[in-house]
Amino acid sequence: MIRVQTEDFDLGAELKALTAGNHGIGGLCSFVGLVRDMAGGEAIGAMTLEHYPGMTEKELARIEAEAQARWPLDATLIIHRYGRLEPGDQIVLVAAASAHREAAFEACHFLIDFLKTKAPFWKLEGTPGGGQWVDARDSDDAATARWTQAPGKAAE
Amino acid sequence: MTAPVKLLYFAWLREKAGVGEEDVQPPTTVATVAQLIDWLEAQGGGRAEAFADRKVVRVAVNQEYVSLNHPVTAGDEVAFFPPVTGG
Repeated sequence: MIRVQTEDFDLGAELKALTAGNHGIGGLCSFVGLVRDMAGGEAIGAMTLEHYPGMTEKELARIEAEAQARWPLDATLIIHRYGRLEPGDQIVLVAAASAHREAAFEACHFLIDFLKTKAPFWKLEGTPGGGQWVDARDSDDAATARWTQAPGKAAE
Repeated sequence: MTAPVKLLYFAWLREKAGVGEEDVQPPTTVATVAQLIDWLEAQGGGRAEAFADRKVVRVAVNQEYVSLNHPVTAGDEVAFFPPVTGG
């Protein structure tokens, strides 16, 4: 399931709804991304997340489908917020549920790594010096590349 | 081309180009994304500055990532944006 929204989300309620009624699920793994108050040694007041409506949903659906093709998953969830966010706010939730923990852990990690390098979102940080677009990080590309270099880890 | 090509710009590419969305009618010699960028740079405004460093320009045609040699045809939606920073 994919949701792109401005409003906050309730982690407990989302995870409960995701697994409701499916007692074949033995493992549920989730990751929540938060807004930090520092970037490159500069204080961040607030940030604004811009996205590409239409392509964002398509790209997240492609990433979700890829995870479901790689691991035996019972349920997946991606929620990503956009608009104005303040330090401490939740930005993103990804979750993966499976019969066993390995698939849940790995799929959750895969979802957030791919989301960070593929989903069309951009962060504009508000600093004392004005608005600053966040630069993409090579370490994020490396994190995504790892999944293409070593496929089928879950099968080991 | 008959139908226009719809262009979208995001993040700092939008700020540099000075436009977020526009419909354009490139000449028939424009057949690829790279040729479209060449043509846009010559159209003035902040577009030349927006495309100055093509290595950091990501392109989607009809909401799918493509390379610079991907074809562009009438009616396409072409988006230009910097490397993504969500999550």
